[in-house]
Amino acid sequence: MLDLTQYLPILIFLGVALLLSALFVFLPIGVSYLTGSHNPTAEKLSEYECGFPAFEDPRSQFDVRFYLVAILFIIFDLEAAFLFPWAVSLDLTGWPGWITMMVFLGELVIGFAYAWKKGALEWE
Amino acid sequence: MIHAIAFYLFATLVIASAALVILARNPVHSVLWLILAFFNAAGLMVLVGAEFIAMLLVIVYVGAVAVLFLFVVMMLDIDFAELRAGFVRNFPLGLLIALVLLAELVLGIGAYKAGAIALGTADGAAAPLIGHSNIESIGALLYSRYLFLFESAGIILLVAMVGAIVLTHRERRDTRTQNVAKQVSRRPDEATVNVKPEIGKGVQL
Repeated sequence: MLDLTQYLPILIFLGVALLLSALFVFLPIGVSYLTGSHNPTAEKLSEYECGFPAFEDPRSQFDVRFYLVAILFIIFDLEAAFLFPWAVSLDLTGWPGWITMMVFLGELVIGFAYAWKKGALEWE
Repeated sequence: MIHAIAFYLFATLVIASAALVILARNPVHSVLWLILAFFNAAGLMVLVGAEFIAMLLVIVYVGAVAVLFLFVVMMLDIDFAELRAGFVRNFPLGLLIALVLLAELVLGIGAYKAGAIALGTADGAAAPLIGHSNIESIGALLYSRYLFLFESAGIILLVAMVGAIVLTHRERRDTRTQNVAKQVSRRPDEATVNVKPEIGKGVQL
């Protein structure tokens, strides 16, 4: 079985963070519930913005170029993630493993060159 | 003891946040719950000893896929009230897909319990390690035995990249881009002229 004791500080940190964030959220709610007065009316609960009711949905459409940037980011992120096991297991896989990764990187470099030449990396 | 507590903490949070992904009214909130589910799944992966998979989940799923989901959700101009109106009509289809997924889960776990799939020991511990760590074992298999699958993954990534560029990239003709080479190669004597205009006359440039 794996030795998980190294992860104990992270777990403790996680517990403390969970506790503190729960406290920050629920303590003000509880205090205001116990001390304040609650008398909501429909007017008080209505959306209100600079003297007008809100005109439209605050979410607006994004430019599709953000999506392209995100897709390219995912692809190169995955490529980088594949590099980690390759780097630590090179003494087990040897030259065939090295050549495999170089072919893989070559495939991605073709894509990179294509993206660059097409101007997909430029904003305007 | 701590192991069990951590397992139940992560497992409960995965199930709760996965349920909230479906139940949240706002799709952006759904994506945020999905991110929480990914994080807790990464915690579960650490508990079974698959450290590399856990890191991959955080890096790839939380860092990239969830961001992409957010973009897609925010880019699509969908009337969500209208979308929800089709719930009853699409309910049998959704139920069918859920049943197929359940059948897959039952089949997979059943085959594993019966010993048809050699994934490791039945108590949930990882398979015996080839190297010293999980990531080394993955590397040793991926770059030798599953080499062609790895290369085809590279081809699929290439196709995905080309496809995304072809589908979404538009050449913008109305913008004036900077031509660095032209700017740098410009000399002062061709950029400026020295003129001596006569009194009462304009300058011809």
